[in-house]
Amino acid sequence: MIKMVHRSSIPLHWRLYEPKYKLVGNKCLKCGESFFPPRNICPNCGRKGALKKIVFSGRGTIYSYTVIRTPLDGFEQQTPYVIGVIKLKEGPKIVGQIVDTEIRDITIGKEVKSVFRKIYDDSPSGLIHYGLKWVVIE
Amino acid sequence: MKKVAVIGVGETRFGEHWYKSFRDLAVEAGIKSMEDANLERKDIGALFVGNMSAGKFIGQEHVASLVADHLGFSGIPCIRTESACASGSLAFRQALLSLQSGAYDAVMVEGVEKMTDIIGSQASLALMGAGDQEWEASVGLTFPGLYALIARRHMHEYGTTPEQLAMFSVNNHKNAVKNPDAQFRFEISVEDVLNSPLIADPLHLLDCSPITDGAASVLLATEDFIKKKKIKNPIWVLGSGQSSDTVALQDRKSLTAMFVTIDAAKKAYKQSGLKPKDIKIAEVHDCFSINGLMAIEDLGFCKKGEGGKFIEDGNISLGSTVSINTSGGLKAKGHPVGATGISQIIEIVKQLRGECEKRQVDAKYGLTHNIGGSGASCLVHIFGKEK
Amino acid sequence: MLGIVGYGAYIPKYRIKTAEIAKIWGKNPKEIEKGLLIKEKSVPGIDEDTITIAVEAGQNALARSGINPKDIGALFIGSESHPYAVKPSGTVVAEALNINRELRLADMEFACKAGTAAMQIILSMVKAGDIKYGMAIGADTSQGRPGDALEYSAAAGGAAFIIGKDPAAIIEDTYSFTTDTPDFWRREGENYPKHGARFTGEPSYFRHIIQATKGLLNKVGRNIEEYDYVVFHQPNGKFPVKAMKYFKVPKEKYLPGLVVDRIGNCYSGSSPIGLTAVLDIANEGDKILLTSYGSGAGSDSFSIIVTKRLKEIRDKAKKTEYYIERKQYISYGVYTKFRKKLKI
Repeated sequence: MIKMVHRSSIPLHWRLYEPKYKLVGNKCLKCGESFFPPRNICPNCGRKGALKKIVFSGRGTIYSYTVIRTPLDGFEQQTPYVIGVIKLKEGPKIVGQIVDTEIRDITIGKEVKSVFRKIYDDSPSGLIHYGLKWVVIE
Repeated sequence: MKKVAVIGVGETRFGEHWYKSFRDLAVEAGIKSMEDANLERKDIGALFVGNMSAGKFIGQEHVASLVADHLGFSGIPCIRTESACASGSLAFRQALLSLQSGAYDAVMVEGVEKMTDIIGSQASLALMGAGDQEWEASVGLTFPGLYALIARRHMHEYGTTPEQLAMFSVNNHKNAVKNPDAQFRFEISVEDVLNSPLIADPLHLLDCSPITDGAASVLLATEDFIKKKKIKNPIWVLGSGQSSDTVALQDRKSLTAMFVTIDAAKKAYKQSGLKPKDIKIAEVHDCFSINGLMAIEDLGFCKKGEGGKFIEDGNISLGSTVSINTSGGLKAKGHPVGATGISQIIEIVKQLRGECEKRQVDAKYGLTHNIGGSGASCLVHIFGKEK
Repeated sequence: MLGIVGYGAYIPKYRIKTAEIAKIWGKNPKEIEKGLLIKEKSVPGIDEDTITIAVEAGQNALARSGINPKDIGALFIGSESHPYAVKPSGTVVAEALNINRELRLADMEFACKAGTAAMQIILSMVKAGDIKYGMAIGADTSQGRPGDALEYSAAAGGAAFIIGKDPAAIIEDTYSFTTDTPDFWRREGENYPKHGARFTGEPSYFRHIIQATKGLLNKVGRNIEEYDYVVFHQPNGKFPVKAMKYFKVPKEKYLPGLVVDRIGNCYSGSSPIGLTAVLDIANEGDKILLTSYGSGAGSDSFSIIVTKRLKEIRDKAKKTEYYIERKQYISYGVYTKFRKKLKI
C-alpha cells in the first residue's frame, strides 16, 4: 500500500498547523504581493524582496470548483466532495473543500468564508488533521 | 550547435501488460530501437531513462541501472530523469544536450512506466505525487480534480462546452483505431463521452487518459555519427524547449493558459526558426481533454479561448489544418506516464519517415508537447525531415 | 463584578427527523415524538467533531467579547465526545482561536455537565485574579446506540463563554450538587453509552436538578419567581418541562431556553446552548437561572444577571436561533455515513 508521507508523518503535519489553522501567509513589502502558503523568497523580487508574516481574513470568492466523485485514497467517506479554488480577498488563491453548501448553490464568483473542520481522519487510531474549509456566505 | 537526429525507435504496445514486468517492457522497447537503427551495444555512449514513479508503482528506485542491467548494458553511464508525466521528454532533452555537448556520439533514451501492478486508486495516489502534497493532495484533490478546476474556469472565461471537450477525445479514439500499438482501438461518440460517469465535474471518464503499462525507446546520434555509420532516414531535432512553473495550481497567475506550454513552445519555435503555421502534425499532452484543448491554443494553432471552436470546426482531425494526436494521444493510445513523452516522439518520427500507414499524414515538420503535473513542467520538441 | 463578557453557540446544519429514525426501527413515529418531545436532532457533518464545534462557538464568543484572544489565560472544554481519548481537544481549539500560549488548559468530562463545570472553574480562576479572561466551552457530538432510545436525542452542538470583568451578564453565584448515581456511562473503548432507562429520571435527573436549584436559591437568597428566565438541562423535551412544573416556572420563562425539541440533546452543549438562546433576547436587569445536569451524577446551578452591555455585544455574532433554523434534513442513510456507522 502506498502511504502518503505527509499524512502519516507527524512533523510534516505539525510544521504546517499555523498556516493550515489560521491562514498565516506572508507579504512582500517591496512589491506588495501576498502569498499563501507563505513562501521563503518573493518570486517577483527574489533576494531583494522583504517578506513579512500576515494573517489572511478568511474571506474570498470562488474562482473555480469541481465535484470529486472518484476520491483520493483516504477520502472515500467524504465522497462526493466539492473542491474549489478560492481567491482570497487579499489576492492569493488557495484550494480547499467547499462544504455545507448545496452543489447547485456553488458558482464561480460567490463569496465564501473559511470554517475550521476535520480535513483528514487518518484511521480510528491515527492522527486527526484539522484545517480550513470554505462555506458560501448566505 | 551540433545537429542531432533520431535514428532508431521502438516501443511496446500500450495497455495492461499483466504478463510483463517493468524490466520486461524496458528491454522490449530498447531492443526494438536497437534493431530499428541496427546498432550494437558498443555504439551507445549513455542511457537516459525517463520514469515518474517506479518507487510508488513497483516499489523500485534506481531504475536507470536496472534498465541498463537488463539490456545487457552494464558499464554504461545511465541517468534517470523525473519531471512527472514529462519525465520521458526530459530524458530525451538531457540526451540531446549530452550529444550537443560532445560527451557522446550516440545515446539511448527510454521512457518506462509499469502502472498496473497496483490497483487504480493506489495508482491515482501515486500520480498525485506530481501535485503539491502539502496543499493539494492534503485536501483530497485528485489529478482529474486539478484539470476539472482548469476546465470549469476555461468554460467560465471562454464559453468552452463539454461537447467541445468531448470532441477532443473522439478525435483521439478515431486515430487510435489506426494505431496497432494503442490501448483503446475503438471509436467513441460525443454522446458516449457525455454519458460516461463524471469523475470530477465537468470531466467525465472519457475525458481522462487511462492507466497504462508501456515502454518506449529512441536512439539519438550526432550528425558525424550518422554520416560515419551511413544511417538512413534520420529525423532531425530542430527545436527543444523546456519550461517550469509553480507546482501548486493555486499559485498560477492563470488557470486557463499554461505558461509552461507557451514558454517551452516559444523556445522550441525560436530554435527551429519555425512558426505554428508550419506545423501540420503534433502530439499534444491530453492527459485530460481540457489539457489537449488548451495545448492547441497555447502552442499557437489557434487563438486563446478559441480551442473549442477550432476542434468543433474540424481543424484537428487526420489530414486537416493540424493533425493532432495521430497516435491516439494519451487518451486512446494510453498514458504510461514516464514513457509518454518518448512515445509521442516516436509517433512524430514515424510520421516524418512515412511509416504510419492508415494514419499517415503528409508533413515536413512535427511537434511534441509533454506536460508534467498540472502544468509545473513542459517540454516541446520540433522535428524535421531535413536539417 | 465578574461574568460573561462574550458568548457564542454553534449547531451543525444537518438534521434528522425523529420520524426518519423511528421508521428504520419499525416504531410509531408519533409515539416516539410524543414520548420524547423531540421533533428532530442536529447531526454533525462528516468533517465536524467536538473540536470543530468548539472552534465555531469560540469564534462567536470572541467576536461578541471584542477582546484580544491573547488576553485569554485559560481554556477548559467540557465534552463526553472529545475526539481523542488521550490528547487534549483544547490545544487544537486554542491554536485555531489564536489564544495566548501562556495558557492554562485541560479537557473536562462529566457527561452532560462538563461545560458548566468548565464555566465554574474559569469563574474561580478569574475571581482569584490568576487570569484576566478565561474561556469555557461545552460541546459534543454525542452518539446513541442504533435502535436505542438515545438515538433519537443524541445530537451535536456547543456553546462558548468568555468570563471576566465588565460582563454582559454577571454570574452572581453558582452551586453544585454531586452524588455517585450511575444512571448513564460509557466504558473506555466502547462506541456507545449504556443507561439505566427509567432510573435516569427520578433519582438521577430530577433529584440533582432540584437539589442544585434549591441550593442555589438558598445560597443567593432568592425565590425562583424572581427569575425572568429559567434554563435546565434538556436530555429530551419531557424532563425539563416536568422539572419546571415542579418549581412552578411558567412557560414564558422557560420556553426561550428550551431548544431540545428542535435540535436534540447536545450533551455538554445542551443547557449552555439554552443559555445562549436566552442571552440573545434578555434585557438589562433580567435574572437568569441555569441548572445543568451530568449523569453520574451532578448538577451546577447558576444565578445570572444581565447588564446593559449585553445589548451592545449581542449582534456581533450569529444568534442561536439562526443556527437552530439553519438546517438541511438528511436521510437515515446519510446519517449513518456522516456518523461513520458504515463499515468500510
